[in-house]
Amino acid sequence: MAIRQAMPLGRTAYVNARLLDPASGLDAPGGLLADGEAIADFGPGLFDNGAPKDAAVVDCRGHVLCPGLVDIRVQLREPGEEHKGTLACAGKAAAAGGVTTMVCLPNTDPVIDDMSVVEFIARRARLLGLAKVYAYGAVTKGLNGVELAEMGMLAEAGAVAFTDGVKAVGDALVMRRALSYAGTFGLLIVQHAEEPSLAAGGAMNQGETAMRLGLSGIPSEAEVIMVERDIRLAAMSGERLHFAHLSTADAIEAVRRAKAEGLRITCDTAPPYFALNDASIGDYRTFMKLSPPLRSEDDRRAVIKGLKDGVIDAIASDHAPHDEDAKRLPFAQAAFGGVGLETLLAVTLELYHNGHMPLPDAMRKITNGAADVLGLKAGRLEKGAPADLVLFDVERGWVVDADALLSKSKNSPFDGRPVQGRVLRTVIDGRAVFELND
Amino acid sequence: MKKDASGNTQFAHRHLLGIEGLSPDEITLLLDRSEQYVGQNRRADKKKTLLRGRTIINLFFEASTRTLTSFELAGKRLGGDVINMSVASSSIKKGETLIDTAMTLNAMHPDVLVVRHSESGAVQLLSEKVNCAVINGGDGSHAHPTQALLDALTIRRRKGRLCGLLVAICGDIAHSRVARSNIHLLNIMGARVRLIAPKTLIPPSIRMLGVEVFHDMNEGLKDCDIVMMLRLQTERMHANYFPSIREYFHFFGLDYEKLSNAKPDALVMHPGPMNRGVEIDSLVADDIGRSAIREQVEMGVAVRMACLELLTDNLPGTGTEGGA
Repeated sequence: MAIRQAMPLGRTAYVNARLLDPASGLDAPGGLLADGEAIADFGPGLFDNGAPKDAAVVDCRGHVLCPGLVDIRVQLREPGEEHKGTLACAGKAAAAGGVTTMVCLPNTDPVIDDMSVVEFIARRARLLGLAKVYAYGAVTKGLNGVELAEMGMLAEAGAVAFTDGVKAVGDALVMRRALSYAGTFGLLIVQHAEEPSLAAGGAMNQGETAMRLGLSGIPSEAEVIMVERDIRLAAMSGERLHFAHLSTADAIEAVRRAKAEGLRITCDTAPPYFALNDASIGDYRTFMKLSPPLRSEDDRRAVIKGLKDGVIDAIASDHAPHDEDAKRLPFAQAAFGGVGLETLLAVTLELYHNGHMPLPDAMRKITNGAADVLGLKAGRLEKGAPADLVLFDVERGWVVDADALLSKSKNSPFDGRPVQGRVLRTVIDGRAVFELND
Repeated sequence: MKKDASGNTQFAHRHLLGIEGLSPDEITLLLDRSEQYVGQNRRADKKKTLLRGRTIINLFFEASTRTLTSFELAGKRLGGDVINMSVASSSIKKGETLIDTAMTLNAMHPDVLVVRHSESGAVQLLSEKVNCAVINGGDGSHAHPTQALLDALTIRRRKGRLCGLLVAICGDIAHSRVARSNIHLLNIMGARVRLIAPKTLIPPSIRMLGVEVFHDMNEGLKDCDIVMMLRLQTERMHANYFPSIREYFHFFGLDYEKLSNAKPDALVMHPGPMNRGVEIDSLVADDIGRSAIREQVEMGVAVRMACLELLTDNLPGTGTEGGA
């Protein structure tokens, strides 16, 4: 376990940077001065008269220096399934991926439905000194979908929002009460939008590929039915609601309409849903078995459109480590999910490289756009704020090699994919936690 | 509202089914009459003969201790003949409908029926089928007028007035007949009402009644003159209105810390029966300087005597000995 060094921090000058802050729209050559753990100053022309004598100098060589990435959907597997992943290995993977803040799902063992688990994770993450880790609390006790968890007290312990993780809150009355009860304390519910009865037994998207492969399908209707139901439930009492990893054109259209009506609905997606489609499953590639499943090409295009026009507020990695035992199985028996912390930046940058979005707009989805969904103080350059930064080469190409990932589990759906955009350095609280060795 | 020859207010209602529809003067009249009975009830000789010859049936379809006893004492102290019928011994258990029960009892010529029922609207339905006066002893989540009156009497005796007071009602508003009747009465009498509860226990449309809604006790109790706590039925937990008793008490249970936001002389009330450690801390409930909970019970008997008196005044035959 990497324990944070108690070494005192001086000042660090990041010179010759392309400063990018999606929150303020800043995109200009400039510099940034970190003093100890915080950002002291930044801006174009900051070091025109040279960097301060006492500061260590990092020459950014014109590469992008921007707020560290904020990943609002990560499964840590600790406590409970440490053979698949731990806080320490997720922290290292996050650092390699430029992620400085991550929010973990409550589907650990024990489940995060008790204050002590929130505190356990916070304490472990603090000791590691890698990415900042926030926790979702469970909506229902034991993620059983029946009884509400102690959301008020969990929030006091530090839970930032509430979700049943990879399970939907399926019962409409439970969801209604959950939204209303969470609203009492101004808390946000995050829904995995999938009608459980329609998804039960399904292994991949329902469609031509599933038919050819002889796999039972999960219809895209399973997503939109849940989204439309929940939008109505949230509208009943005017509560906020966030949908995680939307994957279908119809669901995104439903959110678009809800937003146009002024409802307080937000949503995110994950890189596989705008970079891959269900044809990628090919010959039963279980690394492509995700939840929600990879959808049709039309759906993939709709996700890109939703990202472009702002219906989709954020992109999260949906990091879901599984060991080989969980994936080297007949497709229908294999586990759902893929690792994503180390490919979040590069695959998101495809939106820019393919001409879909300007660079700041793409970056917003994984910085301040994501932070704003949960109200986190992260994802923006601000004087006095913690120096959580990522320096990356937006152009540099590389090939994702699952075996080379730092993540303990290697189940990346992007294994073998040529991508563009490489993290050079990741800084958390002024300390470099990752540097690319060429 | 009717006045008699000398200009005094009369209580011109056949039944007392709810607070809605009563005028400020009528409520004041009821409270003034009740006040007289408070004194009488503290004397050794509590008995009057006002209701001699009158038959009062307490028809309780839902379990009750204090309300039933209170009505029974009220009737007896006024000299009436009181019969208690509770659901356990009634023919309802044998499958008789509410209306058949009403018609059966009506044939026995009672003068007043006091009815409690677990269904909202059941008391009104019954009142439409009988010739006697009906007092609502609590129906479902709808109304509990004598509770609101006894609360008002308690407040008036302690604070000297109702008008202009800031009253917080806290807890399970959604299912509470006590809350609804109190909201109506306090509004009619010119008090300001705040409701405090988790969103799951407050119907959003309750703002239509002219109340302020809070979801934070510390905010909602600020500067209040009166803090009314409601009983939380713990079985609501299993219907997901709240996740646990400890969480409910942490955020919505009345303890000294939360109470410190109210005025220093704020009065704590509870209609009973209390769940200690759920909606109210024992220290607060038992604080004789702050809590009026036992006084509320005492006022209950007086208020019910006043209600019986004013309703029987309107019955045919009153004042002409031997009947019309």
